[in-house]
Amino acid sequence: MRIGVVTFPGSLDDHDAARAVRVAGGDPVVLWHADADVRGVDAVVLPGGFSYGDYLRAGAIAGMAPVMSAVVDAARGGMPVLGICNGFQVLCEAHLLPGAMLRNEHLRFVCRDQRLRVENAATSWTSAYGQGQEIVVPLKNIDGCYVADERTLDELEAEGRVAFRYVGENPNGSLRDIAGITNARGNVVGLMPHPEHAVDALTGPTTDGLGFFTSVLEGMAHA
Amino acid sequence: MTMELDTTEVAAKTPDHEQPWAELGLKEHEYDRIRDILGRRPTNAELAMYSVMWSEHCSYKSSKVHLRRFGEQAPHSDALLVGMGENAGVVDVGHGYAVTFKIESHNHPSYVEPYQGAATGVGGIVRDILAMGARPIAVMDPLRFGPMDAPDTKRVLPGVVAGIGGYGNCLGLPNIGGEVVFDPSYAANPLVNALCVGVLRHEDIHLANASGVGNKIVLFGARTGGDGIGGASILASESFDDTKPSKRPSVQVGDPFMEKVLIECCLELFSARVVEGIQDLGAAGISCATSELASNGDGGMHVDLEKVLLRDPSLTPGEILMSESQERMMGVVAPENLDAFLAITAKWDVETAVIGEVTDTGRLVIDWHGETIVDVDPRTVAHDGPVYERPYERPAWQDDLQAASPSSLPRPAGGAQLRETLLQLAAAPNLASKSWVTDQYDRYVLGNTVLAQPENAGVVRIDDQTGLGVAVATDGNGRYTKLDPYAGAQLALAEAYRNVATSGARPVAVTDCLNFGSPEDPGVMWQFAEAVRGLADGCQTLGTPVTGGNVSLYNQTGDVAILPTPVVGVLGVLDDVARRTPLGFRETGHAIYLLGTTREEFGGSEWAHVVHGHLGGLPPAVDLDAERQLGEILIAAARDGLIDAAHDLSDGGLAQALVESTLRYGVGARVAVPGGIDPFVFLFSESQGRALVAVSPDTDERFVRLCAERGYPNQRIGVVGGAALSVDDLFDVDLDELRRAHESTFPAAFDA
Repeated sequence: MRIGVVTFPGSLDDHDAARAVRVAGGDPVVLWHADADVRGVDAVVLPGGFSYGDYLRAGAIAGMAPVMSAVVDAARGGMPVLGICNGFQVLCEAHLLPGAMLRNEHLRFVCRDQRLRVENAATSWTSAYGQGQEIVVPLKNIDGCYVADERTLDELEAEGRVAFRYVGENPNGSLRDIAGITNARGNVVGLMPHPEHAVDALTGPTTDGLGFFTSVLEGMAHA
Repeated sequence: MTMELDTTEVAAKTPDHEQPWAELGLKEHEYDRIRDILGRRPTNAELAMYSVMWSEHCSYKSSKVHLRRFGEQAPHSDALLVGMGENAGVVDVGHGYAVTFKIESHNHPSYVEPYQGAATGVGGIVRDILAMGARPIAVMDPLRFGPMDAPDTKRVLPGVVAGIGGYGNCLGLPNIGGEVVFDPSYAANPLVNALCVGVLRHEDIHLANASGVGNKIVLFGARTGGDGIGGASILASESFDDTKPSKRPSVQVGDPFMEKVLIECCLELFSARVVEGIQDLGAAGISCATSELASNGDGGMHVDLEKVLLRDPSLTPGEILMSESQERMMGVVAPENLDAFLAITAKWDVETAVIGEVTDTGRLVIDWHGETIVDVDPRTVAHDGPVYERPYERPAWQDDLQAASPSSLPRPAGGAQLRETLLQLAAAPNLASKSWVTDQYDRYVLGNTVLAQPENAGVVRIDDQTGLGVAVATDGNGRYTKLDPYAGAQLALAEAYRNVATSGARPVAVTDCLNFGSPEDPGVMWQFAEAVRGLADGCQTLGTPVTGGNVSLYNQTGDVAILPTPVVGVLGVLDDVARRTPLGFRETGHAIYLLGTTREEFGGSEWAHVVHGHLGGLPPAVDLDAERQLGEILIAAARDGLIDAAHDLSDGGLAQALVESTLRYGVGARVAVPGGIDPFVFLFSESQGRALVAVSPDTDERFVRLCAERGYPNQRIGVVGGAALSVDDLFDVDLDELRRAHESTFPAAFDA
């Protein structure tokens, strides 16, 4: 199974995402921001970082990168797409997911091991988890405060599209403790925490993040 | 007003033209020497170049005569691939890999503009590492500030921390350690030191020289602007003084995104083998890069300065030469590789200009629209700057300071007072949890961080296949160094060495950042000379050469210098990072051993500082042979899997090590005070050569045998377990209460 990892200028966790794909048993494929296509991959990861410096608004320029039109088309066609941190911001800017991220409530960058609850274990990226399972993965961002209007939030809740919620202290002021969401179809998932940094007990706080990548590989194997 | 261009021709004809040498930070005799070298007055552009390159910051003119010791006394090391004098030293770590690391200061800019000062400090050291041909893999930042409760500390510290995080996080380098220390002497002179580690294959080492006549000189990265003009000469090489104009324009502004792209672009240029020589642009900008590249190569270079891409078209040639705009690199490229080079910089959208070429004239000639404005022997700019034999003398007050022993200070007696002291120290600014700071740094990015703060040392994996990795720790104790500069420098070395060994790594090399007051004060100069002598001797004993570093002088306000603060970074190698030793207690029932000998040593201690505001007496005794022995035990025990946790003992003594070891994973300990030692001395002395280890019952016998074979003192002092830290029947502290004390200090000071 070939999983593409997009490198934008300023992407930082692209190598880690590729490593996580490898650890889970997939073949990572490098995708370049200026490419016009996704090289026939089976799924795409938009990694963390500060694409184009995030100088305009986090993810705003990346959302319009050439490769993104191909990603958007593929996602609308049902291809699994995971946006991690900056990747989540890019998915929102590309309108594949609703809402936006503001600066953390306390206005500081935060790096910590974060407990999350998997609220939807039926997406392409969460099927390896149990519904309601709690996992611990690193969180590291400065623009991580998820916001959307009340109606959107209510819709997300009603449709089970809140995929992850922060457990314990809310680290960034995200509305309704939302850490990640999915689209209605369940193939596009975005979250602020970093599952790719929790696939190896030596370098991560846990191996809880591996399930994201095994989920998608398993799903494709049965597709 | 039109100004005539000050060409070499004009300069030769107008010897009496008044020049602003003093405003540029030059002394009169230095200006006279420039005239002697050139046989005429310098042009404005030449004067700008000499003034920055002959500044204290760039030329090491006051420190050079002392720093020679590091080379002369360097212990033989097969691991050293590149020694001092290049952008950074390079050390062999096996399997064809090499590691380069270096520490630098960005003290003065960080006081003037904390965010940008600290941010560009990170950017500068990262480019030094990159310029060696290495991929930067981690950073760490030893920081020192005035009192935590001083109003200005609330301006400086959060700004510095946000700047380091803002730049380093965006650059994608894990921040794996460092220090945060408070002392009144740093109030108007905070110390912001930055260390970077990089990794490369042996065959990829790049050096800064311009060889091969006809090779192109290429400037790439950010455009050149008016920021940081004269940063090295004006900002870094003078004391602060209220009577002079604001120095904010001398601080550079960083763009971490540009630097991230520059890193990836450079690494692609290296791997495509299209770069002959490379130099980063830091202090003194183009002046430094051209004169150093030329004098380290075939000796000649011609530059057409108007080809430099500018952010501000109104800059004068002199300003372009002096600008310290960030995120720029200068490459030497063979003509046949130029197209390939430009294709790679274009791929990364990095602006590039060919500004000149290597010549065989032995002269650095810089033209501005066809007229010559610089014509110098580059060696006279880069290497033959002034060298001062500054007078130095042991200060008159040193004897009184050493006589003011802490032995008569009132000490806590009985369980309740000891308990109170332990909590007081655990919450003291220098010993309290630094999470408020380090949680603003990304420690996970790149996915190779095995240990990061608050561990003994930062450990990063280099090679996924073999598990090869490196450990780095930085330490420095200004109070010890003030009491005895020779010993203080060795104590900094000993602590960093011990921290690296405690994490299971074999120490192999040293970098240092020597932060001192004004070299024009003979007392300060004595502190500096003694510290260098101590460090050079210490490195010789431990077999760890100094591979490079930085000197920061003029850290003083008026007549008052900072505590003399040599910060020492030690690099160690782990053949398999899976064998590293973490610091926290984990398993109930593990035995706790104290290695080393505890003496009554409180001179310069945290206890004397926090409880009594006292600084006097002598620092703890240094025994580097003991440090080496202790290191060998800790490394062997880690390699053979004999210990589960280890923590070095330093500031705050055993008590503080127990606090940190129990709080790390929330697993308590019960400790007994051995017979024949006073509980206060046992808990709070800062004797060196000690470490705390936790040992599983399965390996207990083998561990004790290992210590016995090496004849190193060891005592079983307790057992891991429970939800409290208990010391005999003297006192218990619940871990929740201990955590509140240890972790509330920073939020209380900086969240308000």
